[in-house]
Amino acid sequence: MCLVSKGGKKMKITKVEALQKIANRIRMDIITEIYYGKSGHPGGSLSIADILAVLYFNEMNINPKMPEDSSRDRLVLSKGHASAALYAVLAEKGYISKDELLTFRNINSNLQGHPDMNKVKGVDMTTGSLGQGLSVANGMALASKMDSMGYRVYCIIGDGELDEGQIWEAAMTSSKYNLDNLCAIVDCNGLQLTGNTEEIRGINSEDIEQKFRSFGFNTITINGNDIFSIINAFGVAHMAKGKPSVIIAKTVKGKGISFMEGNAAWHGKALNDEEYKLALEELIEREKQIDKEMEGDN
Amino acid sequence: MNMIATRESFGKALEELGEENEKVVVLDADLYNSTKTEEFKNRFPERFFNLGIAEADMIGTAAGLATCGKIPYASTFAAFASGRVYDQIRASIAYPKLNVKICATHAGITVGEDGATHQMIEDINLMRGMPNMLVMSTSDDIQTKWAVKEIAKYNGPVYLRLSRYKTPVVYDEKTKFEIGKGIQIGDGTDASIIATGVTVVESIKAMEELKEKGINVRVIDIHTIKPIDKDLIIKCAKETDRLITVEDHNIIGGLGSAVCEVLAENYPKKVTRMGIEDTFGRSGRAEDLMRYYGIDKNAIIEEIEGL
Repeated sequence: MCLVSKGGKKMKITKVEALQKIANRIRMDIITEIYYGKSGHPGGSLSIADILAVLYFNEMNINPKMPEDSSRDRLVLSKGHASAALYAVLAEKGYISKDELLTFRNINSNLQGHPDMNKVKGVDMTTGSLGQGLSVANGMALASKMDSMGYRVYCIIGDGELDEGQIWEAAMTSSKYNLDNLCAIVDCNGLQLTGNTEEIRGINSEDIEQKFRSFGFNTITINGNDIFSIINAFGVAHMAKGKPSVIIAKTVKGKGISFMEGNAAWHGKALNDEEYKLALEELIEREKQIDKEMEGDN
Repeated sequence: MNMIATRESFGKALEELGEENEKVVVLDADLYNSTKTEEFKNRFPERFFNLGIAEADMIGTAAGLATCGKIPYASTFAAFASGRVYDQIRASIAYPKLNVKICATHAGITVGEDGATHQMIEDINLMRGMPNMLVMSTSDDIQTKWAVKEIAKYNGPVYLRLSRYKTPVVYDEKTKFEIGKGIQIGDGTDASIIATGVTVVESIKAMEELKEKGINVRVIDIHTIKPIDKDLIIKCAKETDRLITVEDHNIIGGLGSAVCEVLAENYPKKVTRMGIEDTFGRSGRAEDLMRYYGIDKNAIIEEIEGL
């Protein structure tokens, strides 16, 4: 299936299967980083692999050769513990080398446990302490408007992270200043460290959608692991004028690796040798499957 | 005598700075008539953001603006500009070294009638213990106006501690200030009174009265708490008989502690720390509170006379 590419945006992979392949490679790199680092957060990294693939290879106006370009679109990974996913997409895009991924969380590595903007090209904001990213994204979006630069700002927030009150302070600010150049993405994987998000704070993805709508957001609820839906959701967000958008992305924690899927135990745990082998095999199978689908299309 | 609180000097200098530097933006948390950012707001409404009573969001928004080349001045009362948002400053400003100037008005017990919840006496401790943070605490109108403009030229996070309490102007327009360099007033050798912020004027008054009694002291104005002027502190330890620190802050972790750290490692000497003795404040007039907590002119004189 081919999608129509947006006017003026060259060199973008718009084929759904190609983006699926990229997301699959991001997943391979995520588990490889965490396996080599013997530490990290696989569950919430794997859940956002498809979102990151679409952002970096279809949606955002960025150039890895000019990571500091003042007119670039920005991403704030508010759920900074998904750093392995961000590093993986940055490596895939060419900001950093794939070899560097193997140093994840090691003492001499630039790839800190949580992203450090001063250590890694392409990281637009240092994050890690939950709840702060949407405020920062608002600041970026305000600067874009003040300077008439037109760049857009994306902010990935965890559903568990919505427990933090600052998110809702920030939501008021996004709305007050009519930040239609801001698109938040809530990774609704339904799980946080100690269990089910709905049980812990009493909100599910429908509640989240309603809350953001009542705060003045344009809301779009999708399957956040479906490339086609993600592409379309960003398209819808572009059309919303005068208000910020939020994509409520229903995802599966640990997506792509069957023994991790929907299992909160994989929030912050490294893979052992056997688990790494199994996970990699499953992703290699998935790649073959995508290749077959691509052949079918041609 | 011209009496002015450093929050007012801040407001005036900020408006001038807005004229000189269009990268400067100001954020406030529903207190602009108290923090005195109102003049900037009225003059440059497109560069002013009132985030409401949402200090955490204000700090994060300032961080985001800084990543895009703006020079944000974020202002609220010291209690809310430090303790309430400690982690936001730590994670989103200090660690990434973002160019945000946190301008904390209403510091110390001299806030007065509002009482303990609003009398921030731990902020120097919190902010100087934070890596990458430049910490300043200015004492008069001229020095504050200089600091407000000077920190715009410094690329990095700054915490500027300001007061509500009106104090006389100490310096003249020609005074040369430098970040990290303390100011020596007088050259008495009986004692050095090392002060910051509102206690500088109290120390100068004490110096003048003591002189009439034949006791010759000097006053050291430490406007930059971090990095602190080690050389000047060591010099005073060598040149004067006694060392006294006095601050409108808890005696734990503030100016007194910073001075002791310098001397313990370089020139061990007894230091008397005057300040709030590890207790929360209370309501009252600022002058009465300074007397009550023992950080006014009389307390300094009594300490030096050995009463």
